Amino acid sequence: MKPNDSRLRTIQVLYFARLREAFGRDREDVTLPDAISDVGGLAELLRGRGEPWSRELGMGKAFRVAVNQDMADDATAINPGDEVAFFPPVTGG
Amino acid sequence: MPIRVQVDDFDVGAEIAALRKGDPRIGGIASFVGVVRDLNEGATVSEMTLEHYPGMTESALEKIVAEAKSRWDIYDALVVHRIGRLMPTDQIVLVVVTSAHRGEAFQACEFLMDYLKTRAPFWKKEQTQQGARWVDARAVDDAAAERWN
Repeated sequence: MKPNDSRLRTIQVLYFARLREAFGRDREDVTLPDAISDVGGLAELLRGRGEPWSRELGMGKAFRVAVNQDMADDATAINPGDEVAFFPPVTGG
Repeated sequence: MPIRVQVDDFDVGAEIAALRKGDPRIGGIASFVGVVRDLNEGATVSEMTLEHYPGMTESALEKIVAEAKSRWDIYDALVVHRIGRLMPTDQIVLVVVTSAHRGEAFQACEFLMDYLKTRAPFWKKEQTQQGARWVDARAVDDAAAERWN
């Protein structure tokens, strides 16, 4: 394995509801820089894109994250091949 | 533990009959049906669309039902949740719990709805006279779920 092969550091990121509309996409592949290994780091990377990412994922905005379809928090680890979803607090029922 | 996410409407009587069929241990059945209202946050709602996270929705609901079964002495539980376009008066969600006695069935049914509302990945978008808007999560729902901790 080549450690610098970008395919080895790729995750799939999904967006739902208000975030899907704000970002204009429901999914994308994201290549993780070596320094990013958890949900908090990924959110910071996305905020670094500027608006609307910095606003929708910014302080004071309520959003949730799931890693491989389990609820996660900032400290949850992210590994290549993972499915990471960002979405607003749920409103079913 | 039947879990279903579907566009189609459901028949409460048929669902209850199927869940309790042939089980003479059952002494009580509690059920809850959630329905679309025509008013929310002071605005008239003409229709709503329910979005979900396929895959996670089913696993989240299964975990919630498993949690209910571990907390209460119930026989079985059913959760049916609709997605897609819904109109006022339409049924959205059904929870049914079977048990030997009513107390366990009532409590488990309420627990299932409280957890579903705060943990299952569904989102409502309402169409109102002022335009379309995503429904905000409510603190009262978080409080309802937290009382089971």
